[in-house]
Amino acid sequence: MEIIILFAPLVGALLCGFGWRLFGETVAMWIATGSLFLSALLSWIVFLTFDGVTEQIQILRWIESGSLSADWAVRLDRLTAIMLIVITTVSSLVHLYSFGYMNNDPQWKAGESYKPRFFAYLSFFTFAMLMLVTSDNLLQMFFGWEGVGVASYLLIGFYYRKPSANAAAIKAFVVNRVGDFGFALGIFGLFFLTDSIRFDHIFAAVPTVAETQITFLWRDWNAANLIAVLLFIGAMGKSAQLFLHTWLPDAMEGPTPVSALIHAATMVTAGVFLVCRMSPLMEVAEQATIFITVIGATTAFVAASIGLVQSDIKRVIAYSTMSQLGYMFVAAGVGMYSAAMFHLFTHAFFKAMLFLGAGSIIHSMHHDQDMNNYGGLRKKIPYTFAAMMIGTLAITGVGIPLTHFGFAGFLSKDAIVESAYAGGSSYGFWLLVAAAAMTSFYSWRLMFLTFYGEARGDKYTHQNAHESPLVMLIPLGVLSLGAIFSGMIWYGSFFGHTDEVAKFYGIPYTEDVTYHSDGQGKGHTQGNEKYVEEGVNEKGSHYFFIGKPGQGALYFSPDNKVLGNAHALPNWVKISPFFAMIFGLIMALWFYIWSPSLPARLAENQRPLYLFLKNKWYFDELYNVIFVKPTFWIARQLWKKGDGDVIDGSLNGLAMGFIPFITRLTGRAQSGYIFTYAFAMVIGIVVLVTWMTLSGGAH
Amino acid sequence: MDNLLSIVTFIPALAAFILGVFLRGEDDAAQSNAKWVALFATAATFLVSLFILFEFDPQNTGFQFLEEAEWLMGLQYKMGVDGISVLFVMLTTFMMPLVIAASWNVKIRVKEYMIAFLLLETLMLGVFMALDLVLFYLFFEAGLIPMFLIIGIWGGANRIYASFKFFLYTFLGSVLMLVAMVGMFADAGTTDIEQLLSHNFASETFKLMGLQIIGGMQTLLFIAFFASFAVKMPMWPVHTWLPDAHVQAPTAGSVVLAAILLKMGGYGFLRFSIPMFPIGSEVLTPLVLWMSAIAIVYTSLVALVQEDMKKLIAYSSVAHMGFVTMGIFAANQQGIDGAIFQMVSHGFISAALFLCVGVIYDRMHTRDINAYGGLVTRMPAYALIFMLFTMANVGLPGTSGFVGEFLTLMAVFQVNTLVAVVATTGVIFSAAYALWLYRRVMMGDLIKESLKSITDMTIRERVIFAPLVLMTILLGIYPALVLDIIGPTVTALVLQHDTALGGFDNAARLSLN
Repeated sequence: MEIIILFAPLVGALLCGFGWRLFGETVAMWIATGSLFLSALLSWIVFLTFDGVTEQIQILRWIESGSLSADWAVRLDRLTAIMLIVITTVSSLVHLYSFGYMNNDPQWKAGESYKPRFFAYLSFFTFAMLMLVTSDNLLQMFFGWEGVGVASYLLIGFYYRKPSANAAAIKAFVVNRVGDFGFALGIFGLFFLTDSIRFDHIFAAVPTVAETQITFLWRDWNAANLIAVLLFIGAMGKSAQLFLHTWLPDAMEGPTPVSALIHAATMVTAGVFLVCRMSPLMEVAEQATIFITVIGATTAFVAASIGLVQSDIKRVIAYSTMSQLGYMFVAAGVGMYSAAMFHLFTHAFFKAMLFLGAGSIIHSMHHDQDMNNYGGLRKKIPYTFAAMMIGTLAITGVGIPLTHFGFAGFLSKDAIVESAYAGGSSYGFWLLVAAAAMTSFYSWRLMFLTFYGEARGDKYTHQNAHESPLVMLIPLGVLSLGAIFSGMIWYGSFFGHTDEVAKFYGIPYTEDVTYHSDGQGKGHTQGNEKYVEEGVNEKGSHYFFIGKPGQGALYFSPDNKVLGNAHALPNWVKISPFFAMIFGLIMALWFYIWSPSLPARLAENQRPLYLFLKNKWYFDELYNVIFVKPTFWIARQLWKKGDGDVIDGSLNGLAMGFIPFITRLTGRAQSGYIFTYAFAMVIGIVVLVTWMTLSGGAH
Repeated sequence: MDNLLSIVTFIPALAAFILGVFLRGEDDAAQSNAKWVALFATAATFLVSLFILFEFDPQNTGFQFLEEAEWLMGLQYKMGVDGISVLFVMLTTFMMPLVIAASWNVKIRVKEYMIAFLLLETLMLGVFMALDLVLFYLFFEAGLIPMFLIIGIWGGANRIYASFKFFLYTFLGSVLMLVAMVGMFADAGTTDIEQLLSHNFASETFKLMGLQIIGGMQTLLFIAFFASFAVKMPMWPVHTWLPDAHVQAPTAGSVVLAAILLKMGGYGFLRFSIPMFPIGSEVLTPLVLWMSAIAIVYTSLVALVQEDMKKLIAYSSVAHMGFVTMGIFAANQQGIDGAIFQMVSHGFISAALFLCVGVIYDRMHTRDINAYGGLVTRMPAYALIFMLFTMANVGLPGTSGFVGEFLTLMAVFQVNTLVAVVATTGVIFSAAYALWLYRRVMMGDLIKESLKSITDMTIRERVIFAPLVLMTILLGIYPALVLDIIGPTVTALVLQHDTALGGFDNAARLSLN
């Protein structure tokens, strides 16, 4: 069954991409979509019937060299199962949606066939993404990692006539490669340390790695920290974390369904998945996880601040994605991997829905993406409006405080904010709360600018604004179910009591007392006592994780008490994200409903701040000056000066003596004697060699 | 068949002889005959060479299909293949029919052109099979001549300069090797490579003109061989002949140059430098590793700013050869496995990329990147092929380009992390230059008037690309096809190398650092 899930999208992609001339466009597109729905169906069966025991299926040998061995294989555990349903569900809905969205795309000339290509790319992407999450070794993961990168490159540059799309595609690929540079070094390092790149072996060797020092770039490092940071650099690239994020907003050049699938729900979460997958390593890499937390929290804050002032609807959502990914990294950084996965899971639904909803708006507004030209659309496109409203409620985290009742984002985002506090990262906590306020502001701003107020922009466009066809609305409907309910249904599994979480992930767990009597070592016992004090849950029972690295889908070290602590937090911590959300909402109401002239005035008064945010903290300009331009300058110098003057120059000088000789030969070469000459040369060499060898032997 | 290797080697030469002696005239019929004879001969060579592959026993780490005979002036003729050379033989026989098919549009001196390529094939095969120093040297040097002629006669506008640059660089490099060979004969008393492989060359440190030579004789011999192979690879900083040669060479010439001739350097390192002068190599390993890492970064950067498609791909070839030397001198299983794999894979990929340039050069007669743009609209099949090989060149997992790069980097990380870091940045630059090339040539709107009537690939062109596409993907997904064949021999080589180093004075090594 796992094999079918994995390869159905590939088969669909190949049939659709190469076979459409044979079966016709529509059939080809349905083949791709159908195989995706098959995958999605099977994935849900796998997810719901999965018993928590890790399964491994070998498919084919891949790279074997000495002690290095990596197979094409499937590793099925809870992490994989979660990713399977996220990927295949969103992907199949996006396929369906694309029937409507990509129809009569104005980017193409009449008679050009672009749809099968689009569907083939989408399916290929899904295949690569599935390879990434089902991998049982780092190398196959890297295959999926780069595979989704290529699919992303192809889809961002899908409108290949637009120079901006081509530039964005290259930027995405190259910036991701910078991340891959770190990822690859991490893999090399792990192989160097553990002599294997299979997860099983690596996890088993983690305790040794944690004790090892390694020399790297002129100084000694703790091996676990070094490797964790290197792998995280890969994750930063793929998940658009600060410093490697500049590609994500530009990636919005791709068609909107692509943004929903790749740049919101699936590919960009691969980095979070990587960190969670490597949880045994992260648990022993303390400094590295602090680094992850800081980067994540800063990203969440910076991205949200940029999102406040963008006017392109897709860019707002793109920055929102980047910000939410920062949340996930904070959770992973403080050791609450299951909360990170929780947010990944719910975010996939509501963010995909926001993007598809934005696509529906763009579709109805004749591919205008500027929110300044929207306004008053809620009557024209009521279903889209409803979907966007649900999405906004979900992302801003609306729910009833201190209960587990609310939209998906309410539960998962609060879980992260609480984890950050419980994990002892006050930096993370405060930035995330601030980001939550800004999230609320920019999300409501988007809603108000689009659906409320006066119609702005081109009158004709507004008159003709129409609701999208059913194939586009059905995916919105399905996703809105996820946005509403996914948090409440799976709260217990991801962020409930220790025993629930442990069962969900297949992690061995035990009750406090038995563990004590096992006599597992002093340090552990002390840790547990502290845990008991702080982490007694409401039921009064206190379970905790006792697995070894590699047992179960996640690993929590005995010192990791974040889950228990998070449940015992003071109430002000628990409700702070809620108040942040309310604050953002009120600000948005004030700015865009009650006093709509205020934003322009503020932008005027606070011009430097406004420009700073509007220009995305000037990252692109900065990178252009410190990386891109110098690289090209150096490259030209190396070419003209290095190759031209120094190398050729000196060698030509050396060859000065040969020049008369050369000119003479040149004359001959041109006058047809070349064969004679060649023959003479062969004979000459034979004679020379023979003579030298024989005389050499005479000694 | 006792003399399978000789048969494979000399079928092309025989065909060249037939063409030279019996084919007369310059009319269309004669031209067509010349092409068909060449195609038939190279195809037959490939088919016969398949016997070598099928009969080859990977578990046997010694030489197989041995042939020995007396030759003129007391020299011996000795041929054989082992796990290191057999795939280069196969690569050569595999590529040559494609090369001939890619030359179908040659109009000038077709007969001589085909003779040159056929002779070249014989000489290249000889290099990979020869098990006698003199024989090796003959094949190695004589191979220069047909290539020199191919560039010099059928090349571009500036072909004379390029052909002489090519010839002088490689020839001067070889002079030192020749001296070293004489020295080896003096020391070991034989020119038999099999015996030389088990001969311990002197490695006591001595003083020469006031300079202390660590590793002694071995180091000197190593340097001499290195001079020749480094030019052939080519390694930075003696690489500048390659872009010029590629630019001026006809498409088929570029293909042979990139796919096969460059591999002679790497083969030479594996056949001579590493096993025969282990201590010499060890002494100079840091230098070679750094040269490789610099090559990767330097030439990738230079590739970024090229305006000529062929030059760009030529520089990219140098960068990829940097991975090869790096892997070889990491001198562990992954490194040498990866290096051989990279050479085989680069044979397919670079050949395909030069053929890609050839496809549009044949149509527009320019290699200037700025003369193109938006081809994807009119050439969808070409766009797909070009994309595939661009990605393979970038080292995308799932294509053969990935395996070699990955293994060599992984290998060098175990030896020297700093070199690994520098070399790994190559994966960023390669993505930049390859995708930027693709964008400028293929993407955008097709606005140039001259391109509006350009046609997609013909059936002949598609047939040429098909085997390359197949091999690139097949080896990317199932590299065991290569790794299983070379693995045991490489293991033996690494073991022998490590054993030889065991006796090497550690103090001497330290004093160098």
